[in-house]
Amino acid sequence: MTDRSLLRVQDLVLHFRTLAGTVQAVDGVSLSLQRGEAMVILGESGCGKTSLAKAILRLLPRNVETYTGSVYINGTDVMRLDDEDFRRQVRWIKISMVPQAAMNSLNPVLRVGDQVAEPMITHFGVSKSAALTQVNRMFEHVGVPLDFVKRYAFELSGGMRQRVAIAMSLVTSPDLILLDEPTSALDVLTQANIMNVLKRVKQDMDSSFILITHDIATSSELADRVAVMYAGQIVEVDSAERFFAEPLHPYSQKLMASVPRLRADQEPEFIVGQPPSLLNPPTGCRFAERCLFRFEKCDQEPPLFDAEGRLVKCWLFEQVHERALSREAGA
Amino acid sequence: MSSFKRTLQQIARYPSAVGGTIVILLVIGIAFYAMITIPYSEAIRLWRGGEEVWGEYPKNAHPTYTDWFTKEKLPRSIVINSVDNPAVVKTAVGDPEVASRQIITYTFDYAYDGFPKEIVIFMTALFPEKRPHASILWITPDGREIRMGDMSVRTSETFRPGQDARLQRRLGGLSAEVGLFAQPDAETPTPLKGTYQMVVDVDLFEPNSNVEAKLVIHGQIHGLAGTDHLRRDLMVALLWGAPVALAFGLLAAMGSTITTMIIAATGVWFGGWVDGAIQRITEVNMILPFLPILIMIGTLYTRSIWVILSIVILLSIFGSAIKTYRAVFLQVKEAPYIEAARAYGASNTRIIFQYMIPRIIPMLIPQLVVSIPTYVFLEASLALLGLGDPVLPTWGKLINEARSNGALFQGYYYWMLEPFVMLMLTGLGFATLGFALDRIFNPRLRGL
Repeated sequence: MTDRSLLRVQDLVLHFRTLAGTVQAVDGVSLSLQRGEAMVILGESGCGKTSLAKAILRLLPRNVETYTGSVYINGTDVMRLDDEDFRRQVRWIKISMVPQAAMNSLNPVLRVGDQVAEPMITHFGVSKSAALTQVNRMFEHVGVPLDFVKRYAFELSGGMRQRVAIAMSLVTSPDLILLDEPTSALDVLTQANIMNVLKRVKQDMDSSFILITHDIATSSELADRVAVMYAGQIVEVDSAERFFAEPLHPYSQKLMASVPRLRADQEPEFIVGQPPSLLNPPTGCRFAERCLFRFEKCDQEPPLFDAEGRLVKCWLFEQVHERALSREAGA
Repeated sequence: MSSFKRTLQQIARYPSAVGGTIVILLVIGIAFYAMITIPYSEAIRLWRGGEEVWGEYPKNAHPTYTDWFTKEKLPRSIVINSVDNPAVVKTAVGDPEVASRQIITYTFDYAYDGFPKEIVIFMTALFPEKRPHASILWITPDGREIRMGDMSVRTSETFRPGQDARLQRRLGGLSAEVGLFAQPDAETPTPLKGTYQMVVDVDLFEPNSNVEAKLVIHGQIHGLAGTDHLRRDLMVALLWGAPVALAFGLLAAMGSTITTMIIAATGVWFGGWVDGAIQRITEVNMILPFLPILIMIGTLYTRSIWVILSIVILLSIFGSAIKTYRAVFLQVKEAPYIEAARAYGASNTRIIFQYMIPRIIPMLIPQLVVSIPTYVFLEASLALLGLGDPVLPTWGKLINEARSNGALFQGYYYWMLEPFVMLMLTGLGFATLGFALDRIFNPRLRGL
């Protein structure tokens, strides 16, 4: 299989050890991303989105139990690198990240300019002044006034801090940027602003994005493709246009239906029940308990079916998948 | 720099801190004054030189300021040397080629209300073979002439009239210090004020002979600090105690606090067995008896202040402060910006020094300032236990010497109080400033 994708994740597993038992935060996730593409990972809180991002960037806490799978970047498996090589070769060189609650992710005792320059100094060993010219370019890019370089994080508004965090993620021109809920905890105007910044960056810099969010409305602005996560697994991957028009997985449908719409009589829906505990997830389909379409087969775990180019982890699409297979076989 | 200015402005709002800062600056000023005016070697000479250095000083003399608190005018030292001194009249009689006579006349005013502590006449003689002979005559203001003594003068001769029993008999049982200055018919001896004269009549038996004599009348008060049992000027030790105490306190405080902080941060950051090892070492170290170890090293190995200082730092590195810092670092470590730093690929050292340690500097500075006097006192305690540096004069050693010579029983309270006051001032200065800094840097205490 020729691998032209920028990022390919295969069977990524990340389990945590807790007092209550093993938490299967990321459980066999596979996905791939092309250069210049923006993928949105949607899902409820606690479904493992952030853990997935951290697993890709190997930002692991101490209580990791299992951490397996492969992460290919430009065709090389970075899971094989040891921690020191990973730090030097991958972090902020290949993949950068705008962490969740990015406004708290700035060092309170560093000036934001110096903070943004840090990755350049660390990785390229450039002088501080050289790094700062690049910082200025980035600040211009994301719309942070240049005199903010000398300010401290607490002197900036939430939106500005978010922009600084984005500038920091761009400063080394990495191939892929992981944005972990970059617009949560911001007001709508600032959210729109940040999304515009991201769009501009995407056009100008030809970067790839993975945008992790539960905010379907804002994510739709940036997304090329959408992946839906549920209980530590990817349940649907599709192009953005098709997904937002017609989600396939029952969970995705419910998720889309929960978005409030202007001038629609339809009440925003919610999904009955709780997402399953990741401590002891059900053996079959993990959504089965809350699913309206549940049938006998749902007691077994469904594979990720290829339903005409759209990947769905649901037994409902077995036939579509098989039809496609037989068509392929016939042709 | 602006944050430094802001801190200064905030300090100015606490009167206690301003006072503390002034005291600290004063002590620092004293330290620099001491080091500039009395260089190290000179200080050592003044403190350990021997009789020839401090022979002119009175023994156990009170500081001059005692004068302000007494109605009487206490006698100060009078030193008159016959060499190149216009106040001394030296006449030669006879032919210097054969044998001659030298008459040296000392004239001085005595207007004090007390008797001197001691009278000493230092004589030096030059002669080829035969020792010159000197007879000393004392002339009181009322014209009485008292024969003090006759002696043949060796190359170097010290005559202490106070120890001369015959002179004492001549003075009617009074010691020379009293008898020579007393009014003749008073019931209790009271000094007679006026112009005294001492005449040294020297017979030289050979040509090329010469006698010089120095009259030293030790007063009861001397210098700003007084003197000790060895006639040493306490000022030397008081002044030089400042740089020693400051250096010891600062180095020990900084050395131990900073290394402790770095170790705590390292332990927290790497966690696992590194943290475990650091914690176990700390726990073992915490139960080790600190002072007894220092006493053992002082007794068995060396009393050098710098070795003791290194041992103090070494023993405090794994001190209880590690636990405090660790508690703070455990919180800091979970901060989102630490994870962000990890994400961008910051190395471990970078995270520890750039991200974790700066966060607890605000906590560290007051603690450091407050801990300085602790170490200053520790040095004093060691000196008090007889483990002070054998060479350097320090405040603790002054107290130790005062104690072992019974200063308080004999009324030489200044001897013990002066170093006490210096120690307490230093401690107070750093403590008040430290507490104010704590309030400034620790937002939770603000407004209290």
